[in-house]
Amino acid sequence: MSAREQRRIAAEARAGWLLSLPALLLLAVAASGPLLIMLVYSFLEPGQYGNVEWRFSWDGWFGTLFSRDIFDGTVQLADAHLTILWRSVKLALQTTLFTFVVGFPTAWFIATRPPRARAMWLFLITIPFWTNLLIRTVAINEIIRTEGLINKVLLGIGLRTTPLDMLYSDFAVFVGMTYVYLPLMVLPLFAAIDRFDMRLLEAGYDLYASRWKVLRRVILPIVRPGIVAGSILVFVPALGAYVTPRILGGGKNMMIGNFIELQFGQGRNWPLGAALSVILLVIVMAALLIYVRAANRGTSSHG
Amino acid sequence: MADRAFSVARLPGFTAIAGLVFVCLYLPILVLVVYSFNSGRSVASFEGLSLHWYADAWANDRVVDATLRSLTIAACAAVISTVLATMAALGTTRRRAFKGQTFIYVMINQPLMVPEIVTAVALLILFASVKVATGYQGLGYLILAHSAFCIPFAYLPIRARLEGMDLTLETAAADLYASPWHAFRRVTLPLLLPGIAAGMMLAFVTSLDDVVITLFVQSAGQDTLPTYMLGQIRRQITTETYAISTVLLGLTVVLLTLFFALTRKKS
Repeated sequence: MSAREQRRIAAEARAGWLLSLPALLLLAVAASGPLLIMLVYSFLEPGQYGNVEWRFSWDGWFGTLFSRDIFDGTVQLADAHLTILWRSVKLALQTTLFTFVVGFPTAWFIATRPPRARAMWLFLITIPFWTNLLIRTVAINEIIRTEGLINKVLLGIGLRTTPLDMLYSDFAVFVGMTYVYLPLMVLPLFAAIDRFDMRLLEAGYDLYASRWKVLRRVILPIVRPGIVAGSILVFVPALGAYVTPRILGGGKNMMIGNFIELQFGQGRNWPLGAALSVILLVIVMAALLIYVRAANRGTSSHG
Repeated sequence: MADRAFSVARLPGFTAIAGLVFVCLYLPILVLVVYSFNSGRSVASFEGLSLHWYADAWANDRVVDATLRSLTIAACAAVISTVLATMAALGTTRRRAFKGQTFIYVMINQPLMVPEIVTAVALLILFASVKVATGYQGLGYLILAHSAFCIPFAYLPIRARLEGMDLTLETAAADLYASPWHAFRRVTLPLLLPGIAAGMMLAFVTSLDDVVITLFVQSAGQDTLPTYMLGQIRRQITTETYAISTVLLGLTVVLLTLFFALTRKKS
């Protein structure tokens, strides 16, 4: 490589950095940088009226799992906090699983349409995806509330004599999250199935495999990157959900997102809120790491 | 079924599930739109057809204020994030891989990976101090926050468009003694324009939809349309909420249709 060519490469890299710099700066100020400040705040003392006192303290982190009795100072596991954490993880996993169970056939259906129809079905999945989450949550609220459509139908055909109380429960949050996050599962699954070579199915059937066996042994392993991507895309926002549990779960069925908000409102415990946010972030990063690993494994074994 | 040809791509029950999914996806939205034309205030029962609540929302100063604020923020955030994303896309595509490119890529997509509530909390903490220190309470914070999380949404379609463009036309322009700036303005930019427009639209919709980050960053009296709606819902869901939702829904559908028209590959 001549010196001149090396200079040219260096200049190109510099230009690449310079062009990206303004975007990076904005993200550093209003996205990544604040995360570091949040980490610092988790180690401070809560202020009396919100905000913090600039004194080092472990209390924020201690408070995520334990509570100290105000009278005798004994330390106990904070059951309420654990319940909220467990509910968040459980609901996020249930949502991920169920969106996959119904999302996979949907993606398969779209991918096996003729091109023109496929574009139309895809568009129909995309509209809810870009529709305001709040609106979609209100829409599902309308359907499952006591005077809503489901209860009207149930009462109308005489299946029940009293309406079902579905709102303000874990079940309502699960239904709502499945509804709002389903497109996030269908889109990556579609992308994976779209690349799938249908001739492999013919080969499978020629070798006397049953439909179930073809699905399990041929289709699912090959579209795995899409499954992993869809699961991550649903799990991450479901775990950190705020709007859906707030509207459908009511005050009692909080998820971690609502619990964090509480610390910055009535709770007036910013360090605890910051520590909980860091925990949420760490869980999400761990999930992303699993995703990157799985995606890399997928490409190396097939490529 | 004997009379139907055996199709390899058919899996039993899949079509039925897909059909059910589409019904479940659209039924709630449809019910909401229908109920927005309800003449009664309470959403408990349908009392008759009326545009009453649209007129009421239009006459409600708080709704109009929130709408204008939402549109202002979304427009500013869309322009800022699209300009920055276009530059970054030009810097990270169609050139020899350079050191730190992956880092730039991760940084730009970072808002997609961090849960919204975490970003919201982090921004609340930062801006609370800045608000006290500077005394400035304006819309700047919201515009700054929105511009940042809109960057990946603007970046991805622009980058996709750039990767589909080859360098021959620009090389030809350079061969004809066009200056780099001239070649960019007369050749690259016009070719890239559909990607830029698509990116800007996604950024606009993303900003318009945001609830959580806005809720944490806003100062008193800075409700956007979504946070205004959330405040209303907290008390009681009324037909007005449905009317506003329907308008927002219509806007999203129009913008998305434009987006698809712009990004569709010409055959």
